Amino acid sequence: MRKAIERHDVVVVGGGPAGLAAAIAAREAGADDVLVLERDSQLGGILNQCIHNGFGLHTFKEELTGPEYAARYVDRADELGVARRLGTMVVDISAGRVVTTVSAAEGVTRIAAGAVVLAMGCRERPRGALATPGHRPAGIYSAGTAQRLVNMEGQLPGREVVILGSGDIGLIMARRMTLEGAHVACVAEIMPYSGGLKRNIVQCLDDYGIPLLLSHTVVDIEGRRRVEAVTIAEVDEGLRPIAGTEVRHPCDTLMLSVGLLPENELSRSAGVELSAVTRGPVVDQDLQTSVPGIFACGNVLHVHDLVDFVSQEAAVAGLQAARYARGPQTPDDSRGIPVVAAEGVRYTVPSHVDPDRMGDSLTVRFRVDNEYRDRHVSVYLDDRRVQHRRRRIMAPGEMEQVVLRRPDLLAHEGLSRITVKLEEA
Amino acid sequence: MARETRELICISCPMGCPLTVTLEGGVVTSVTGNTCPRGDAYGRKEVTDPTRIVTSSVPVDGSPTERMVSVKTASDIPKDRIFDVMRALVGVRAAAPVGIGDVIVPDVAGTGVDMVATRRA
Amino acid sequence: MYDVAIIGAGASGCSIARELSRLDCSICVVEREEDVCCGTSKANSAIVHAGFDAKPGSLMARLNVEGNRLMRAWASELDFDLMPVGSLVVCTDEGATDGLEVLRRRGETNGVPDLRIIGRDELVSMEPNVSDAAVAALWAPTGCIVDPFGLTVALAENAAANGVEFRFNAAVTDITGSGDHWLVTAGGQTIEARAVVNAAGVYADAIHALFIAAAGATSPAAPVAVGAGLTVPAEPLTIVPRKGEYYLLDTTAGRHVRHTVFTLPTAMGKGVLVSPTVHGNLIVGPTATDVEDKEATQTTAEGLAELAARCSIAVRDVPLREVITTFAGLRAHQAAHDFVIGELEAAAGLFDCAAIESPGLTSAPAIGVLVSGLVAGRLGLVSKTEGAFDPVRHGIPDLERLDLDEWDALCRRDPAYGSVVCRCRRVSEAQIVDVIHRVPPATSLDAIKRRTNAMMGRCQGGFCTPKVMEVLVRELGVAPEEVTKCGPGSELVMGRIKDGTAMPPEGLGGGGPR
Repeated sequence: MRKAIERHDVVVVGGGPAGLAAAIAAREAGADDVLVLERDSQLGGILNQCIHNGFGLHTFKEELTGPEYAARYVDRADELGVARRLGTMVVDISAGRVVTTVSAAEGVTRIAAGAVVLAMGCRERPRGALATPGHRPAGIYSAGTAQRLVNMEGQLPGREVVILGSGDIGLIMARRMTLEGAHVACVAEIMPYSGGLKRNIVQCLDDYGIPLLLSHTVVDIEGRRRVEAVTIAEVDEGLRPIAGTEVRHPCDTLMLSVGLLPENELSRSAGVELSAVTRGPVVDQDLQTSVPGIFACGNVLHVHDLVDFVSQEAAVAGLQAARYARGPQTPDDSRGIPVVAAEGVRYTVPSHVDPDRMGDSLTVRFRVDNEYRDRHVSVYLDDRRVQHRRRRIMAPGEMEQVVLRRPDLLAHEGLSRITVKLEEA
Repeated sequence: MARETRELICISCPMGCPLTVTLEGGVVTSVTGNTCPRGDAYGRKEVTDPTRIVTSSVPVDGSPTERMVSVKTASDIPKDRIFDVMRALVGVRAAAPVGIGDVIVPDVAGTGVDMVATRRA
Repeated sequence: MYDVAIIGAGASGCSIARELSRLDCSICVVEREEDVCCGTSKANSAIVHAGFDAKPGSLMARLNVEGNRLMRAWASELDFDLMPVGSLVVCTDEGATDGLEVLRRRGETNGVPDLRIIGRDELVSMEPNVSDAAVAALWAPTGCIVDPFGLTVALAENAAANGVEFRFNAAVTDITGSGDHWLVTAGGQTIEARAVVNAAGVYADAIHALFIAAAGATSPAAPVAVGAGLTVPAEPLTIVPRKGEYYLLDTTAGRHVRHTVFTLPTAMGKGVLVSPTVHGNLIVGPTATDVEDKEATQTTAEGLAELAARCSIAVRDVPLREVITTFAGLRAHQAAHDFVIGELEAAAGLFDCAAIESPGLTSAPAIGVLVSGLVAGRLGLVSKTEGAFDPVRHGIPDLERLDLDEWDALCRRDPAYGSVVCRCRRVSEAQIVDVIHRVPPATSLDAIKRRTNAMMGRCQGGFCTPKVMEVLVRELGVAPEEVTKCGPGSELVMGRIKDGTAMPPEGLGGGGPR
């Protein structure tokens, strides 16, 4: 490279809600030189297309739309003088924290970062990954793509819509398309429970009489040029379609909301260890990945359902990144105490904790693996139960959390393992 | 007096608390299952006078960066007026510059509520 | 009046056009779809076969081996992706290794160089993920993988650069004779040509039937034997669409095997192959199901289940969770299982290039040479003047393979190279604009996908589809609702919101069953 390598204290990859909150926190923690790299032409990430309300109740105690929520953070970043490069794609991150970017304005540049915050977000699982049989015509959209087309570009992707998958974006788009005059025949969900928030089922489906067909999936897509019909069938407990239950729905559009996948290609290039469950980095209490000085937050770490929690989490990553960049860092060989997800708990973030280095308390976020009623969330320090909290309803679509207290951990001598699990009583 | 109960999911926030609203003679006598005062208020309102915020997006002219500007009703409107609001937005175009909170359609569909911008353009 | 009309812009048709463009003649290619490479050429295994499969003495055997040799030379001349990874035919039955020897001898008879049977140890060292049941394999170092879109587009672009015209959305509906030439009705327009080539893929039987009808009604010139010209009898031909379904896996699985791995052939084809692709993905397929519908390119639950079961015969632990898409293609199968190439008997100037099933893609360069020779013989065509034919075509830069200095240099030349549109496959706006303005142009999402790989990555266009649409709207000067996925009828959006195209209903409800 002919150009000299630039240096910045904290480089944040991604200018969505996670990246913005991390950059702000890093700046507030005293990092002078914080740079946000954003591939889009504006900050805010996915919030820009999430024009519905319901954001910010935890953070701002008011109900904002996505663009309004983003604007609060953009304004704060502006006040703090957070530098940003828009239209800038990160193409590589090295384990030594050299970040390579490309943009129309600058061409290829390399930046040596004191600390890196990964905040690349997630992508939607495409139709192809489901191996749904049928043709591959126009009119098959992932819900987020359709959302962008409608809300940002003002396009109407279709008039007669079937939605596969009950993720939140799919539910939101069911309402959105209905409001714009399209007809949504149904939302089919292969699992026996929804992947989205309950409130979205009420206000996006129930309000408009759109049926949610649980344990149903699409078994055929017709139409060589444009979608002409899809066939939906019920599935058995093994998620296999049940012969004889097929119903054909003539339609011009199939929208998919069948899961979100953290975008960790860059994390991989940096050698960051990834979790097979979350598909995001394995992190400690500081949200530091397996590569020193590289932190992760938001949907690249694990897929969230509430942006407020993304912002909270990202603030931790930003703060710790600022501390790391200020150095000097003592090499730390120990990975801390493992946090184990057991019985009904799919994963925890973080997945290990060093009680000596944690704050007074630590929020551990997790998801459950099924729908549960009247279960207790329990925390064990080795074999000793220290928390036991009843929850009326838990579902995979809604993130849960427990708070670990540092004194509890320090008081437990020889602590080798923290377990989070669900118990009957 | 006729006593009835309605099972609702609170939509005040993403927690989605399951509410049980009890009515006697059409008057709410109790709300249970909520974990905050907003849930109580939602439960009472939803069975007597359900309302919603309506959000949408309208074309904007003259903006260097945006084709569309997102909008919302400045406060909630009766649930049965949602489509009236949407129909009133057909043909509406905003003109740049637009600031957050700018009124795009005053008193939309005669609801007494303004449609306001939720992004800059 | 053209000298030659070629029906079909697949790999065969484009290869014939390109080879004919060396000669002093006018050529028009008519294609029923909106772009080149829309039929069998786009949905296949993307393999350049070594040539040990075909029956010795058959046209297929000859053109496969010749095609394999030519393909390597053309890849550099025409700048398309070809990787000489070699192929393995894996035998998983101790008692059936004779089958490998049969293949080896057949290959030698066909002229395939360097074939060798290898034992399990060598096989495992070459292909660590070979199945535990593998006992031996036939190693064919001349087997390659190729970009079938890149090949076809390169041929078409080079043909166009040398004067060939292309007409798209022009399905042939009629052919008649008129004195010393033929009238081809395509897309509502009539084209006059002294010779007509049928390279219509799965529709070659229908075009062949039009040939026979035209020849019967009027014969423009008495048939004359031209050199050692091949002929095709004026009898009905039946092409059976043979469906092959595939899985395409993410680049994260692209190195699961290092070579193209076949299993010993069965009566229904070559079994399921597992192979890297030139795009770094892993391909698994095909099935082989004869169907009636020539448009039946849908995947089926049965076919995909069969693949999932059969891919593990020769290769272990194929990571099917990494699947990013599935697709199906139709091979133009004919009962005799040989290519049907030659001039129609009893009619001068009508040439069939039919039943081009596997190894049709491999054979495409040789088919081009052969058929252009037949046509040239009939019409008495001669080479263009020295230097009038340019055999070289340049593709677009591949940002995934450029080093960063080279990419930076491109950005300085055109900043749009720094504007990344497709992040999964690292495609910039500059490449997309480039292919939109080439000849033949890319005017749809699929056409852009075939040429640039945009929308072909793990998100399957989730992020970049709106962006690519925007570039198409701008560059073509069309409305968003005119942008298509794959030509007329595949429009992506139906209008704009708030313009009254769709009116919100009155009252509550709005969704649910109709």
